[in-house]
Amino acid sequence: MECVIGVVGRDFAVVAADTSAVQSILVHKTDEDKVMVLDSHKLMGASGEPGDRVQFTEFIQKNLHLYQFRNNIPLSTAATANFTRGELATALRKNPYYVNVLLAGYDSDVGASLYYIDYIATFHKIEKGAFGYGSYFCLSLMDKLYRPDMSVEEAVDLVDKCIKEIRLRLVVAPQNFIIKIVDKEGAREYARRAYTDSPPEAATSEAATVAA
Amino acid sequence: MSIFEYNGSAVVAMVGKNCFAIASDRRLGVQLQTVATDFQRVFKIHDKLYIGLSGLATDAQTLYQRLVFRHKLYQLREERDMKPQTFASLVSALLYEKRFGPYFCQPVIAGLGEDNEPFICTMDCIGAKELAKDFVVSGTASESLYGACESMYKPNMEPEELFETISQALQSSVDRDCLSGWGGFVLLVTPTEVKECVIKGRMD
Repeated sequence: MECVIGVVGRDFAVVAADTSAVQSILVHKTDEDKVMVLDSHKLMGASGEPGDRVQFTEFIQKNLHLYQFRNNIPLSTAATANFTRGELATALRKNPYYVNVLLAGYDSDVGASLYYIDYIATFHKIEKGAFGYGSYFCLSLMDKLYRPDMSVEEAVDLVDKCIKEIRLRLVVAPQNFIIKIVDKEGAREYARRAYTDSPPEAATSEAATVAA
Repeated sequence: MSIFEYNGSAVVAMVGKNCFAIASDRRLGVQLQTVATDFQRVFKIHDKLYIGLSGLATDAQTLYQRLVFRHKLYQLREERDMKPQTFASLVSALLYEKRFGPYFCQPVIAGLGEDNEPFICTMDCIGAKELAKDFVVSGTASESLYGACESMYKPNMEPEELFETISQALQSSVDRDCLSGWGGFVLLVTPTEVKECVIKGRMD
């Protein structure tokens, strides 16, 4: 089932998500990109009701573009996060969007940042976070292994460990994942993690390193 | 499970001699899962007036934004800050406006009024004020906070002693509550200065 993961490193942020489009017991496709590039320096990883997810992330993206056209200056990450929260909060008591969002961005003045916004519009700036069933494994793993001064390679390695753990322990584990990063160069796809035929390594040597 | 217990919270305010303190826990959870341990529930309205919002985190944030907005309008119109009593009535009115679809928050208001007279009060989610001379509590840890405050509180404490008392009361209460804790935030307000403090606590 759905997993969205986010990590902030030294001067970049990583957002990863599974790429499965699932309905009930059926997997419709395994290359659904759930991490939207909002503008040149922003990523939005979203999970939730598929219709709401697509509609809402596009709505945010188009509004960011509109703002940029009108004012010739992009919205900062913090402002985007607050705008997103505002939209979810007003919708909450009318007809809510069932979408959980991890918003990552890079601003030249404040550096990389990551925001946690859930479908009831709880807003919080975080360093690491996750949504969905994957969060039960990822949050503890990230608490253990995360450092604020991680390099891109180290952060992606941490995300890989999370994906590995999901594949190993989650009954309904999704097959493929996508990893995107945002730094001063911009937001872009970094890698995809496709499921290989060999089952994930049993928790022997790797678990020992995690424990140490 | 109640929607008030969805995120978990503990807020307490105490009155001392010409001063007051307001404190809260730092956990943001989603039921039993802890999302963050640096969440803010106590907000500043002006230098001598603070509000703590326990309950559903999203409504605490929405309510805070609306209160700041209303207070700024008041400042522009009246060219002065709101008295704590006035502010409490504003919060009450804002909450009762949503009588049949409330904000799931229980506010704690603490401020210094005219002549630096401390004022504390709490409310239910639809704005029924409850004034107190000594201390007020709210959140998922409210039962244990009542016990701790009841036994630790003394009237007319000096700022230093008040700070120690509220911190100990908060800490011992949240340790008996699964949904709150993970560190604390204490604000001590005297007529001349404001002391903000993050206190360490059990992280389990």
